[in-house]
Amino acid sequence: MLKTRIIPCLDVADGRVVKGVNFVNLVDAGDPVEAAKAYDAAGADEICFLDIHATHENRGTMYDVVQRTAEACFVPLTVGGGVRSHEDVRKLLLAGADKVSFNSAAVADPDVVADAATRFGSQCIVVAIDAKTVAPGRWEIFTHGGRRPTGIDAVEFARLVERKGAGEILLTSMDRDGTRAGFNIPLTRAVADAVEIPVVASGGVGTLDHLVEGVTQGHASAVLAASIFHFGDYTIRQAKEHMAAAGIPMRLE
Amino acid sequence: MLTAIIDYESGNLHSAEKAFQKMAAERDAGDVVVTADPEVVLKADRVVLPGDGAFPACRDALDSIEGLFDALEEVVMVRARPFLGICVGMQMLATWGREYEDTAGFGWIPGEVVRITPADPSLKVPHMGWNDLVIDRPHPVLDGIRTGDHAYFVHSYHFRVDELSDRLAHVDYGGDITAIVGRDNIVGTQFHPEKSQRTGLRLIGNFLAWQP
Repeated sequence: MLKTRIIPCLDVADGRVVKGVNFVNLVDAGDPVEAAKAYDAAGADEICFLDIHATHENRGTMYDVVQRTAEACFVPLTVGGGVRSHEDVRKLLLAGADKVSFNSAAVADPDVVADAATRFGSQCIVVAIDAKTVAPGRWEIFTHGGRRPTGIDAVEFARLVERKGAGEILLTSMDRDGTRAGFNIPLTRAVADAVEIPVVASGGVGTLDHLVEGVTQGHASAVLAASIFHFGDYTIRQAKEHMAAAGIPMRLE
Repeated sequence: MLTAIIDYESGNLHSAEKAFQKMAAERDAGDVVVTADPEVVLKADRVVLPGDGAFPACRDALDSIEGLFDALEEVVMVRARPFLGICVGMQMLATWGREYEDTAGFGWIPGEVVRITPADPSLKVPHMGWNDLVIDRPHPVLDGIRTGDHAYFVHSYHFRVDELSDRLAHVDYGGDITAIVGRDNIVGTQFHPEKSQRTGLRLIGNFLAWQP
């Protein structure tokens, strides 16, 4: 039976781990390679790096981080942040990423997803969707770290990028991100039920019950969290045991 | 001792290279090279064929490198050196691939590669993540790997073997999905051993020590 995945996410800026609270007040929390190794050893099912300051000028730092991580961690690695073209995807895959995540670039031009999926296969193309509630049962995509509204419906967009060849959706609730109030369950469920491809729930985890809800009520295939793991509130093992006790199939080895 | 990982520009070989190098050092199994050179493949004692993406694209990419498939066939089918295919590198062992269009595989293990159609419609495709192996029959590359151990999968098509004796392990995903195939000096894994932590590294180490 396929197991539900727990994915610790490391926000990286200029080669260092940070964790944004609603994307402000950054706190430096160490070396991403060392953090990834610790999560690999702790039994994380995948590891995610988000390059939150990615620009063409400082890209080299991230390639180096990805390369050093891939040398030391034998667990899937997803990298996102500032990915604009199939060339960016190619460079990150060559550095050692297993999956590469588009965000703003896919919103600006969904064909960039099709282009990359055709070249490298859907299995390695993730689309990160950042959505905010704009009315009950309606969620709009925001780009540029949640600052820029687009008028695009999140559920419709998820369907669109699936047709374009995305292999997975990383769905972040901008209302919840950094609040520790739990996933936005109606949003997660609306997107997960609308597409065939796996949906990773993100944004708002504060307790282990939140992880359970993301799967049982949100229908997510995987759950992503940052601060509850980064600040040592819970271990990956505790999270897995808690989810398993709630009846969710987990990999416990 | 030389292990050649075939690079035909399909996917990320960096982590595969590092995983094989790590295990080659632990098992005293010599050198690991990443190569597209048919001459190097012919000299290799073991051959690893990775593969990511669509079946036809992988087959085209492999065939576009002059002499590479002939070298593979010589070293695997004539000289009977140990061979490991990974993901689409495993699927290409089949007679046919049915992804997008009908594409001839190597035909080294009879069967066809077809889309995953889980009996339970709520199961997502691609089959992405960790699934627990059910060992169908013992094999030297499975030494120390047991039913219940997890491996990392990411694929939308799967290898349906004609002869069940060619299947070494499977997983359940709304029906049986072939996880490992094996025949004579050939083995192949649908999952990514280089991404499957301890279980994957163990399999890689076993392959590097295997004397078929």
